[in-house]
Amino acid sequence: MIYLFNGSLEGLLTAVFEWFERKPGEITLILEENHQPDAFKKTLTIYNNREKADRVWNGLLIRLDKNWIRRLYCAYLSEIPAAFNHIFHFTCYLFQSKAGVEKNYGNPHVIAISKYAKSVEREKHRMEAFIRFEEAKDGTFYCGIDPDFNVLPLILKHFKDRYADQQWIIYDLNRNYGLYYNLEIVENIYINVSNKRNSSIPMDPKEKLYATLWKDYFKSTNIEARKNTKLHIQHVPKRYWRYLTEKQVELI
Amino acid sequence: MFDRIREKLTILADAAKYDVSCSSSGSNRKNDNKGLGNGHTSGICHTYTEDGRCVSLLKILLTNHCIFDCAYCVSRKSNDIERAAFTVDEVVQLTMNFYRRNYIEGLFLSSGIFKNADFTMERLLRVVKKLRIEEKYNGYIHLKTIPGASEELIREAGLYADRMSINLEMPTEAGLKLLAPEKSHIDVIKPLDFVNKQIIQYKDEKKLIKHTPKFVPAGQSTQMVIGATPETDKEIMYTADAFYKNFSLRRVYYSGYIPISNDTRMPILGTQPPLLRENRLYQTDWLMRFYGFNIREILNDENPHLDTDIDPKLSWALRNLHHFPIDINVAPYQMIMRIPGIGISSANKIVQARKFGRLRIDQLKKIGVAYNRAKHFIKCIDTPFQLNDYQAHQIKAFILAESASKYLKTATNQLLLF
Repeated sequence: MIYLFNGSLEGLLTAVFEWFERKPGEITLILEENHQPDAFKKTLTIYNNREKADRVWNGLLIRLDKNWIRRLYCAYLSEIPAAFNHIFHFTCYLFQSKAGVEKNYGNPHVIAISKYAKSVEREKHRMEAFIRFEEAKDGTFYCGIDPDFNVLPLILKHFKDRYADQQWIIYDLNRNYGLYYNLEIVENIYINVSNKRNSSIPMDPKEKLYATLWKDYFKSTNIEARKNTKLHIQHVPKRYWRYLTEKQVELI
Repeated sequence: MFDRIREKLTILADAAKYDVSCSSSGSNRKNDNKGLGNGHTSGICHTYTEDGRCVSLLKILLTNHCIFDCAYCVSRKSNDIERAAFTVDEVVQLTMNFYRRNYIEGLFLSSGIFKNADFTMERLLRVVKKLRIEEKYNGYIHLKTIPGASEELIREAGLYADRMSINLEMPTEAGLKLLAPEKSHIDVIKPLDFVNKQIIQYKDEKKLIKHTPKFVPAGQSTQMVIGATPETDKEIMYTADAFYKNFSLRRVYYSGYIPISNDTRMPILGTQPPLLRENRLYQTDWLMRFYGFNIREILNDENPHLDTDIDPKLSWALRNLHHFPIDINVAPYQMIMRIPGIGISSANKIVQARKFGRLRIDQLKKIGVAYNRAKHFIKCIDTPFQLNDYQAHQIKAFILAESASKYLKTATNQLLLF
């Protein structure tokens, strides 16, 4: 049997509730938009239900410790269809077994969730490392990103704690939303212009100066005799180079 | 003005780059005065140089003027290079503006010794004080302790820095005396010991009085240059082990010597830095600190050098085949960690997962075990039965045949005879 849901966390948790209410046996959880109708399988469309979702979520909070809740949330933020299915089965497995079963790394769903969570955490860490702010004329620090996974909710706290005395915007260009810190709180924002890469925003004159200094520093801290391009690319995969000030070619 | 700063930054970053320490971990300094920056427990590497080393801190010297003439150092007195010095304000502005743009995780400030130790230390202290107090900067600061500086200055610096370090430079006293006759290990040991005692004292006070200020929260580290003088791996690692134990160091760094002069006491210009040896030493360091190995098991009088073709964990296993095969479904965690091909996180997962049922090969592979390597040393429930026992050299040949060393393409210092 196939369960269809809309991709929201609420929908996913509702699906778990519905499964326990009906116990239909083997099912696959599929995103509604990816579904290809099938002549032989029955389908059930899951409609979000806050109450049911909350009950499942509270059940999870009782059974899992903080780290596992975060892993589950990270796996959800990966937005990979297969990950949703694993989360669904993991949750069912958890509610059907005795306590502590989330540590059973021999179970395919447990190991899958920890792998998805690891990828998302890695992407989150890379964003914390590779985001490069540019100072706009009005003193706001801006950066546009397009991460593989939806990591903005995960990096929010890090940037809020760290850059408490400057206004900043981090914008997810793919998912078309961003975070704006106004020295008090962080808000979600939506920018409605086509060119959101930094070039369209008037920059502070000091910006170029520090970018040049940083590039100089990057060059002079390198040791020629130890050149190791393979290792370099392993640590900074090429898809991240577009963020990095030090990797931009000087246009003269 | 701007060009002058560019020039200084180039000179002083270039002079500082031979210090390999770049970690920004271990500090949990909070940004609770609504200033700029905080510590990140695991540290963040913001970029990597083309040689593959991480750049996490703005690593610069305050000046490369130096009264010492150590043969292994680019900034030695007799070397004919451009000299420069930053003002306190320049360092502060650079750090703040780089940090605001998320270029760096903090500042690594070192210096050549000008005039005397106290004068230099006092300058370093002025930079960190200005950052912390005037600019409300809470990011990471790694500060060099200047050997010979007064205890008052060192103690005060410790209140502002996250990590402090002094380099041993050469693994043995004899090596150091050969290249830097004016220096001695005692100069390093004294301040390391002093800071360590202060850290312990502040920690004890913290238990009684909650608002005791932080004192060097990320601990101390040191660095040894490898390959400039003819020490064995055993001597190097025994020194490291002693320093880890005696001064509770967080890290010992091993820096392959990069030839910078025509001095006849050291490898000649153009010699490849000993990258593979450096790698093996770090592997040993990890085995010692995280895998519960005693350094005497890995390096001893019979084996004063680490194998170059295989890693130290594998070579320990091959020398001690009587411990193997280990049944991963019953063996204690400490033994599982010693199996080549199984790391700490796989070992953790195995120990947790086997409570729910005995593990099979396919599950081990999913967990992340390097099975092709581990299979010679383990037993699980579907391990195929095997009549003959392989000898160590046979297992080694099997493993080498199916793995390609990443170092094979780069020239090693060791020439092949046949």
